[in-house]
Amino acid sequence: MGRLSVNLCGIELVNPVIPASGTFGYGYEFAELYDINCLGTFSFKGTTREPRFGNPTPRIAETPAGMLNSVGLQNPGVEKVISEELPKLRKVFHKPVMANVSGFSLEDYAHTCRMLDRVEDVGWLEVNVSCPNVHGGGMSFGTDPASASEVVRAVKAVTAKPVIMKLTPNVTDIVSVAKACEEAGADGISLINTLLAMRIDIRSRKPVLANTMGGLSGPAVFPVALRMVYQVAHAVKIPVVGMGGVSSAADVLEMMLAGATAVEIGAANLADPFACKRIIEALPAELDKYGIENIRDIIGGA
Amino acid sequence: MKESFLTIAENSPLTASVYKMRLTGDVSAVTTPGQFINLRLEGRFLRRPISVSDRGDESVTILYKVVGQGTEQMAAMCPGKELNVLTGLGNGFDPSAAGQRPLLIGGGIGAAPLYWLARELREAGKCVTVLLGFNTKSEIFYTDEFRALGCETLLTTADGSAGAEGFVTDALPEDYSYYFACGPEPMLKAVWRSASGAGQLSFEKRMGCGFGACMGCSCETITGYKRICKEGPVLRKEEILWED
Repeated sequence: MGRLSVNLCGIELVNPVIPASGTFGYGYEFAELYDINCLGTFSFKGTTREPRFGNPTPRIAETPAGMLNSVGLQNPGVEKVISEELPKLRKVFHKPVMANVSGFSLEDYAHTCRMLDRVEDVGWLEVNVSCPNVHGGGMSFGTDPASASEVVRAVKAVTAKPVIMKLTPNVTDIVSVAKACEEAGADGISLINTLLAMRIDIRSRKPVLANTMGGLSGPAVFPVALRMVYQVAHAVKIPVVGMGGVSSAADVLEMMLAGATAVEIGAANLADPFACKRIIEALPAELDKYGIENIRDIIGGA
Repeated sequence: MKESFLTIAENSPLTASVYKMRLTGDVSAVTTPGQFINLRLEGRFLRRPISVSDRGDESVTILYKVVGQGTEQMAAMCPGKELNVLTGLGNGFDPSAAGQRPLLIGGGIGAAPLYWLARELREAGKCVTVLLGFNTKSEIFYTDEFRALGCETLLTTADGSAGAEGFVTDALPEDYSYYFACGPEPMLKAVWRSASGAGQLSFEKRMGCGFGACMGCSCETITGYKRICKEGPVLRKEEILWED
């Protein structure tokens, strides 16, 4: 085991860096730029039972130290993901990948997870109960502990792969949702999805996003994410994947000190397509700077 | 796509709000007129996507309009400054469809990417007509540059202060082999509806990444979902999905 390696739900990662779903497509845009096998793994674009275009545009806006998106889970649907996207990915990425799944009903989640369970390259299922940009599903499952645990049970019934529940920060008590997922059998928790937010164009007096509201991500949310990762990691025994505004090797260490076993990087990939590669390359020196031998030794150390 | 560090060689105003910036460095990834580059600005989280107006051996020229804080910041930049730029983004125009007498239609700052296209078409011996539309006389730029390439250059202004009064669609010539258009979406829609024959239209959208990762700038077309930053910004007339 190298000094950067961590173990996430029984699968070894060469380092804890994971591009977050929705910021890395199905990997091959980035594979044109660098060898993406340097990553721990990556979480592919949120996949649903049926194909989706998503929300009307504009669906991107800039904010101080971050951005809003209201993409709304554009994806070709699970069948095409399995028949077209994953075979292409296989050519450029030779490790277990994290499959990100969204749904609008328990049956949707179960169907999509059942199909992805049969795909050998899928190492983990990251189940998104936290998308703020869709109606009648997504985040509504993640704002109530009872609904979140129903999703966990529905998914665990159809897969033997580790199930990581991706939670929304748009709740009054994230710990209660995380604990409900753990009790229902989840193998891990990832957080945070984006924070519900908006911007208004003063000239037109209208919201910038066609969908009115969207999710805030980027460095602006890092301290909020860190706080929630800390709270959840102290309340559950299953591994926690921390994300939200991470954009440097130092941020990765902070997230891990808060209790994260691995760290997802999202918005930073959009501003700098080399962000993950640069962070991975900077990690050894960052460990040296603080006299840390192995990165796994600092998990939950704060 | 390539990450390049480009140095500002020139940054000067053409009108009260339109600037010309020439950047030097490795621009080898910029291969086709209609492609764009994505500039990282200090203190701004997202990059600024700007179409390439011309390309030299080791330089690109962009024309940009100051519309917000990012472009205000760009207007204040001095020669010598280095910028982190993603180069060679988007599909660009396909000039092979042009025929012998192509028409290039530009609205406002949309004239910018047409310059490089016009130069290439002229170098290929085509008879090029350029039709430019502006709001008013003080906003006009680059008509002399297009004329210097040997293009027949027609002009409209919405208020009639220069050229013909009206929009570009009021001044469409009768006879052309193919058209290329770039401008604000209402103009593109009007051109798509009223210009005869086949053509290519270049679109502008709010982008997240500019290289196909975030799906922020997607649109629906007859041939499926397209990302304006990756499968665009240029779409063919026949694949555009607009209701009449």
